[in-house]
Amino acid sequence: MARALINFPSPVPRGAVIDIRTLFEHVMETGYRYGVDGKAIPRDIVERFVCLFDGEVVFEATLHPAIAANPYFAFPLRAEKSGELAFAWTDGKGARHVETARLVVTG
Amino acid sequence: MARNAEMTRSNGPAATRRAALSGLALIAVPRLARATPEERDAALAQFLAGRAPQRGRVTIDAPALVENGNSAPVTIRVDSPMTAQSHVTRIALFNEKNPQPQVAEFRLSPRNGRAEVSTRMRLATTQFITAAAEFNDGTVAVDSFEVIVTIAACTEE
Amino acid sequence: MRFPLAGLAFVAATAALAQAPKRSGFEDMSPATQAMQRDDAANPGLFFALDGKAAFARVEGAAGRSCADCHGADGGGLKGVAARYPAFDERSGAPVDLAGRVEICRREHQQAPAWPRESRPMLAMTAYLGLISRGAAMAPPDDPRLATARERGRALFTTRLGQLDLACAQCHDDNAGRRLGGALIPQGHVNNYPAYRLEWQAVGSLQRRIRNCMTGVRAEPFPAGAAELIELELWLAERSRGLPVETPSVRP
Repeated sequence: MARALINFPSPVPRGAVIDIRTLFEHVMETGYRYGVDGKAIPRDIVERFVCLFDGEVVFEATLHPAIAANPYFAFPLRAEKSGELAFAWTDGKGARHVETARLVVTG
Repeated sequence: MARNAEMTRSNGPAATRRAALSGLALIAVPRLARATPEERDAALAQFLAGRAPQRGRVTIDAPALVENGNSAPVTIRVDSPMTAQSHVTRIALFNEKNPQPQVAEFRLSPRNGRAEVSTRMRLATTQFITAAAEFNDGTVAVDSFEVIVTIAACTEE
Repeated sequence: MRFPLAGLAFVAATAALAQAPKRSGFEDMSPATQAMQRDDAANPGLFFALDGKAAFARVEGAAGRSCADCHGADGGGLKGVAARYPAFDERSGAPVDLAGRVEICRREHQQAPAWPRESRPMLAMTAYLGLISRGAAMAPPDDPRLATARERGRALFTTRLGQLDLACAQCHDDNAGRRLGGALIPQGHVNNYPAYRLEWQAVGSLQRRIRNCMTGVRAEPFPAGAAELIELELWLAERSRGLPVETPSVRP
């Protein structure tokens, strides 16, 4: 069910610095909350987000429970050539969700 | 008034009864484990690793007032050409009054072209947030910004 | 027993307040929350709407039909539908809201299992129907068979409830635009549900929002789907007539 929204301009001219925006559906349960039954709700957060371009890491984030539910990240990338962008979110249990998208660079 | 945290996560008749005991507690702040400014300082000191931080090279862009601490937009910008010779390698974000002082840490490289990152964070209450950057020459820089958190009048799950 | 409300005097509606122009709750949000709603790439409500879009095209139930088989691909003739509910249901002879209408379709035309009101698939489908109705002016049906139920809803809107002894109208008609604690009181319009609420950190229905308000005034909330809630929704839709549908919206 978890899913991602990924947004960036493409095609773009060579050398342009583009903004990549990502939104990932996740509760980011902090582990500090209590349910109506008085029991602690177990921690369940995305701990790592990474963006790769043709297999090379171009942005990386380590997340703590203070990141809002449905984690949002926006970051720039210099578009040097066309290639594949991969986005991976990994939770505390090691489950990984990967999305890929193609960046097209002209000129 | 801020003590009856439970009601913010309750529903149904039990909540109604419990709420009655609290009179007019229309604003309830969840009672949570809280970090302290000292813990924030310790986390920041770990990042700085003994280096004296510069001011003015890092800028936090966040609303001065947020309507709900569950999600506050934060953008961190660092003054850097982001070239192979001169670039930001790491940006970290800290808080002083959430349960944990760390918010997130980002790794950047000249490939980013610009030193900027945006996210959305939780704020347990009104507090200062602090961003720190590390450059490839080993220097570090910080900025702090106070965010005032208002909260919906009738909080409930 | 009446509790004194610190810093907030409840006064009878003045003519000026009563005639305040209609104002979507969007207008009363911070620029940051408005930006989150304006930008589909940053609005988690879209996860639900996109799930609903997929469900609309999916064959479900013993009848072997998808929503699209009757209504057309990509929402087909249902664009704008969220602006026109609650409506009168001929078969049951009662008003139904959009979730109720979806449920009737599932039961009678798809022979598919029920979706509970606050369930993910129901929120997703109604969020999708809202998404394809975006921008349509709220236009609840001018159906005389709805008049009695709508009038009951209006009466409920102005009836004091709960241990705080407050009516919806006291906040959302008489004191809209003023503050309750740190929060601005909106006019309480309903052109934006299901909504992604920062408070919930999730998408929820209008009925969930109303039930929250009822708990807020220390009243026993009506159960999900109750006739009283549908009647209230009828009056709320009438109050919001003309405002553009914003679903899936973001609210604090």
